[in-house]
Amino acid sequence: METLLELLRSPWPWYVSGPIIGFMVPLLLLVGNRSFGISQNLEHLCAISQPRIIHIRFFKYDWRPSLWSLIFAAGVPIGGLLAGIVFANPQPIELSSAAIQQFSVWGLKDMTILNPPELFSFSWSSIPLLVISGILIGFGTRYASGCTSGHAITGISTFQIQSVYAVIGIFAGGMLASHWIVPLWLSWQ
Amino acid sequence: MAEKFLPLIRFAPYLLLGILFGFALIKSEAASWYRIQEMFHFQSFHMYGIIISAITTATLSLFVVRRLVGRPSLEGEVINIPVKKPGRVNYPLGGFIFGLGWGTIGLCPGPIFALIGTGSIPALILLVSALHGTWLFGVFRHRLPQ
Repeated sequence: METLLELLRSPWPWYVSGPIIGFMVPLLLLVGNRSFGISQNLEHLCAISQPRIIHIRFFKYDWRPSLWSLIFAAGVPIGGLLAGIVFANPQPIELSSAAIQQFSVWGLKDMTILNPPELFSFSWSSIPLLVISGILIGFGTRYASGCTSGHAITGISTFQIQSVYAVIGIFAGGMLASHWIVPLWLSWQ
Repeated sequence: MAEKFLPLIRFAPYLLLGILFGFALIKSEAASWYRIQEMFHFQSFHMYGIIISAITTATLSLFVVRRLVGRPSLEGEVINIPVKKPGRVNYPLGGFIFGLGWGTIGLCPGPIFALIGTGSIPALILLVSALHGTWLFGVFRHRLPQ
């Protein structure tokens, strides 16, 4: 019992969590011939919430056949609640020393939790960054018809060249943001 | 009476898989801005390990699933390996735009959903903003190169 609790509380190494994430692809196919991916739900949520007077045809479709996907997505925050609150990791996260050094240079102080309070808080400096990043994520994933789950994992494991292009694009955008936008933004704080 | 609960039974596997996925995203620390920056700066193998082992697991297990192609799944639909829509510009360019957001705020859509479960208001702001981004895509989609 003790060890099980410890297992649930401790962070999972990549060779445990990676395969679990990878197993989503065959399991969703076996359950209902579904394709693993998260970001399509952004489209479904728009279709559900779009007011009638707004006629954007892209969101005028029957989302009910995709109910499985919304239910899958609804499970994700429940898993988050269990992993992040109920069985929360009591230890600080173990970043590489090179990364810790880098983050100190950037002026970040608390590196024990998942996300830096400097960016993830209710303040005039962090809200614009959250909103702009969110818009880029929502726009980009729909334009590319997929995010990390749908392209990097489902697409590449099913040998689809489109997903390789998408992943190259994702990585290029991420590199640019991480090496240029993030240090620039933090230097303004 | 039993029929009333049929939809619940039908959708239960999706909910359970979603819970497991969300749990793994937090436990793997893929829902951490620090981990994503560390990845883009090549300072740790951790995130690459997650992505590579996930792809390997999916690829290998799909060899088994491929033998079942054409047979019905648990829900009765015939198993088919999904095929992506044709397109040239949309995949790399859409990916690039998404990557800019991901590299900046360190969370992709899965981790955003997972973090909302931990009560993170910034993650909720990200989701609402992402919905607006998706809506903007719906508005301008005809003017974008495919």
